[in-house]
Amino acid sequence: MPTPQALVDVALESTSADQCIVVLTESSTANLRWANNTLTTNGAMTGSHVTVISVVDGTAGAAAGVLTRAATTQSQVEALVAAADEAARAAAPADDAADVVAGEPAPDWAADPGHTSIEVFTDFAHDLGAAFGRANSDAHLLYGYVEQDVSTTYLATSRGLRLRHEQPTSHVGITGKPADLSTSAWVGQAAEDISEFSVGDLDAELVRRMGWAQRTIDLPAGRYDTILPPTAVADLAIYAYFVSSGRDAHEGQTVFSDPQGGTRVGQQVAKPGVRLHSDPHRPGLTASPFLAATSSDSTQSVFDNGLPLDATDWIADGRLQALGTSRHTAQLTGLGLTPLVDNLLLGVDGAAGSVDDLVRSADRALLLTCLWYIREVDPQTLLLTGLTRDGVYLVEGGEVVGAVNNFRFNESPIDLLSRFSGAGESVRSFSREWGDYFPAR
Amino acid sequence: MPTSRAVDPEFLALPLKRLGDSALQRARDFHAEHTDFRLERLRTQRLTLRDGALIDASEGDEIGFAVRVIIDGTWGFAAGVALTTDEVVRVTEQAARMAMVAKPISTERIELATEPVYRDKTWVSAYEVNPFEVPVPEKVALLARWSERLSAHAAVDHVSASVNQVSENKYYADSAGTTTTQQRIRLHPSLEAYGTDRQRGIFDSMRTTAPPVGRGWEYLDGAGYDWDSELAALPEHLAEKLAAPSVEAGSYDLVIDPSNLWLTIHESIGHATELDRALGYEANYAGTSFATPDRLRTLQYGSGGMHVTGDRTIDHGLATVGYDDDGVATQQWDIVKDGVLVGYQTDRRMAALLNLGRSNGCAFADSPGHIPIQRMANVSLQPSADAVSTADLIAGVDHGLYVVGDKSWSIDMQRYNFQFTGQRFFAIRDGQLAGQVRDAAYQATTTDFWGSMDAVGGRDTWVLHGAFNCGKAQPGQVAPVSHGCPAARFRDIRILNTTSEAGR
Repeated sequence: MPTPQALVDVALESTSADQCIVVLTESSTANLRWANNTLTTNGAMTGSHVTVISVVDGTAGAAAGVLTRAATTQSQVEALVAAADEAARAAAPADDAADVVAGEPAPDWAADPGHTSIEVFTDFAHDLGAAFGRANSDAHLLYGYVEQDVSTTYLATSRGLRLRHEQPTSHVGITGKPADLSTSAWVGQAAEDISEFSVGDLDAELVRRMGWAQRTIDLPAGRYDTILPPTAVADLAIYAYFVSSGRDAHEGQTVFSDPQGGTRVGQQVAKPGVRLHSDPHRPGLTASPFLAATSSDSTQSVFDNGLPLDATDWIADGRLQALGTSRHTAQLTGLGLTPLVDNLLLGVDGAAGSVDDLVRSADRALLLTCLWYIREVDPQTLLLTGLTRDGVYLVEGGEVVGAVNNFRFNESPIDLLSRFSGAGESVRSFSREWGDYFPAR
Repeated sequence: MPTSRAVDPEFLALPLKRLGDSALQRARDFHAEHTDFRLERLRTQRLTLRDGALIDASEGDEIGFAVRVIIDGTWGFAAGVALTTDEVVRVTEQAARMAMVAKPISTERIELATEPVYRDKTWVSAYEVNPFEVPVPEKVALLARWSERLSAHAAVDHVSASVNQVSENKYYADSAGTTTTQQRIRLHPSLEAYGTDRQRGIFDSMRTTAPPVGRGWEYLDGAGYDWDSELAALPEHLAEKLAAPSVEAGSYDLVIDPSNLWLTIHESIGHATELDRALGYEANYAGTSFATPDRLRTLQYGSGGMHVTGDRTIDHGLATVGYDDDGVATQQWDIVKDGVLVGYQTDRRMAALLNLGRSNGCAFADSPGHIPIQRMANVSLQPSADAVSTADLIAGVDHGLYVVGDKSWSIDMQRYNFQFTGQRFFAIRDGQLAGQVRDAAYQATTTDFWGSMDAVGGRDTWVLHGAFNCGKAQPGQVAPVSHGCPAARFRDIRILNTTSEAGR
């Protein structure tokens, strides 16, 4: 089979359009899934997707044809390019048309794509078998999923740019329940490589939490001081990031819209000291350092493919600094050019300590595990509803004293950034609701 | 299934049988008890416009294959994309290796419910015009015209419009001898108008309630839907909503339109009666179900007038197909009868696990790279045999709300505690509609809610709604599914004011 670089060359050589952008992603993934102390499904998959963006200049502006296909052969890529060229000629001028990004080959362009296989699970599977053994003898049940993915993106333009990014992603989640299924506990972790997970450590934390649930207490719905662990904070912060389109805010559709018109960029939206930012180069949480877009929407444009992505402050010292824009929407809204980056970091100046420290400092509070089924109720305030899941614990006098029932909440993550009373240090986290798709810290 | 359409010749020209035979042959060398081979082509096209200008016309065209084996009672699954005999053999060997890695930590022996063999069957969904054969500029021009029609109203500041289109081809061959070749077409058009009331400092939107359907482009020309009426009314609905008073929280009787009720059915009945969930297979992700198998035939799900069916056979249904991804011929069956839980949605493995006899055909994989799991059938609430109209339902309410269109939705992991909003809530006073109110959400538990249903509309109120994006499983898979329902009335439901919930 031809190499990814060879397929990219085929595409650029065969296009008859004025300009052409090729984004090729080769992915390799393997997973194990289990329930009731036995494996249930598994899989090993490879994929190769090629997106061709053909750009045809016209008197009224440039038009684009954007097509993504599974393609592994020269003839498939040629057929794809021909179809994209034809789509571009038939298309009306694109609203977001902009110059195709120019450049030259990056030093790692020639490197092979990354790869994973089921063999990377050998140690994990062995340790998981041991955890099943302990669960069987303690009469509790384990449910979970672990995945390793390696995706390598090759991006090239007809103006000489050649970029490569390899993204390893791994995550694990384990739910534990006693034999009568009366309560549940959960632990989860994200990393770049599965070897960073310790089944023994995860299992020990799960056993600790199941121990907390041996005493159960019913509490009515109401307002409680609440400790959100990093997982739950990520569940909420990522939603705020999802709605951070500059254009949507400018057109009066989000919490970042100024009711009097325009956006809230420059306004205080959180307590001083709060910083929400992205950084593709953050060690342990690296993300693509260039934009790779296979479609246009309100935050990104296919014409911007290959633009460098840098560390970007969205909120700094509590003030809204930037919203997601493309070159086109930056011009439309008068905002700066700040494309979204594929990671998110939330921190509070001077914050220190762990979740256990927050528990020790609490007189009476609820300790959550994670949130679930988070949906927008009111876009203007970003009022979100959702539920607690897999373990809500009552803290009294600095100690967990038992497990309580689940609660539904209606809260805005933006309001919470102004209302929190204490914060711990930022750590790599795994959002229960979005973590399968989005990395955060 | 009545259709004049044929399977896409481009798909039929692929070496389907040769590749399938290679997988089945190689798996025999590993003494597989069962093998299936699935080759899929999934074409997608999404057109998105803002204020009448095209911002996205991207297309996807995924093709690939998967091999699933049972060796020594253990699943093995692998998938690839290169359509060559060598690659199919390699992927089959990988599936066998997966089964071997899984074996030492698998204590459950995989058995499949028996199913007749279907040789060389072809099935094509009911549609007239393949949307992929309609030129893109023509489609964009229609959406632009519709957008301009909405923009022309003074209440409308901005308009978004989109149409998602999917063409799905599947070839399936298994070691028992079943081979099927199928084609499904579906699309989802949607328009949303945005407006503001600067004096009150609020903004809001109003979206079309036209369902996504298993139809072709004829749907946008008015087959099965009255676009003209909906587009004419939408800006007025938005203007009224922007000016409407905020709802007073409390207890109300609800009359719920099918455009809203379908989603409540989806979340509180559809997911709750998936057997894999009820058995804990989704406990780490999508969740479990309060409707556990020990309650089959005893659980009082709702009032006596509640009759819910599952089917994968109704024309234009999004879950409708001839044969599922286990090679099972699709069916219709009862899930709730006379208000009592009487059935689950199953695949061959789940049906065998609970000795339920034949699978009712709910196995589905959303792409060639994913393993089939039990997915939702078209789960539908049946109408009353009497000619009860929506106006009749409203006439029986003194203090209530009439709910139209879905919006926000959320339900707990056992499918019991839920909260929904809508596109618009109309006050009902003394049996009459009395204008819109804002900021309403309804909250209930599943059995209380369905137990409070005291009247169901007749056949004339029944509409097939649905969604493209039902999520489940790890790795995540999305599935399209329809839900038909009549308008229905519910007594004493808790209504929240979402603005005061936000503490404002």
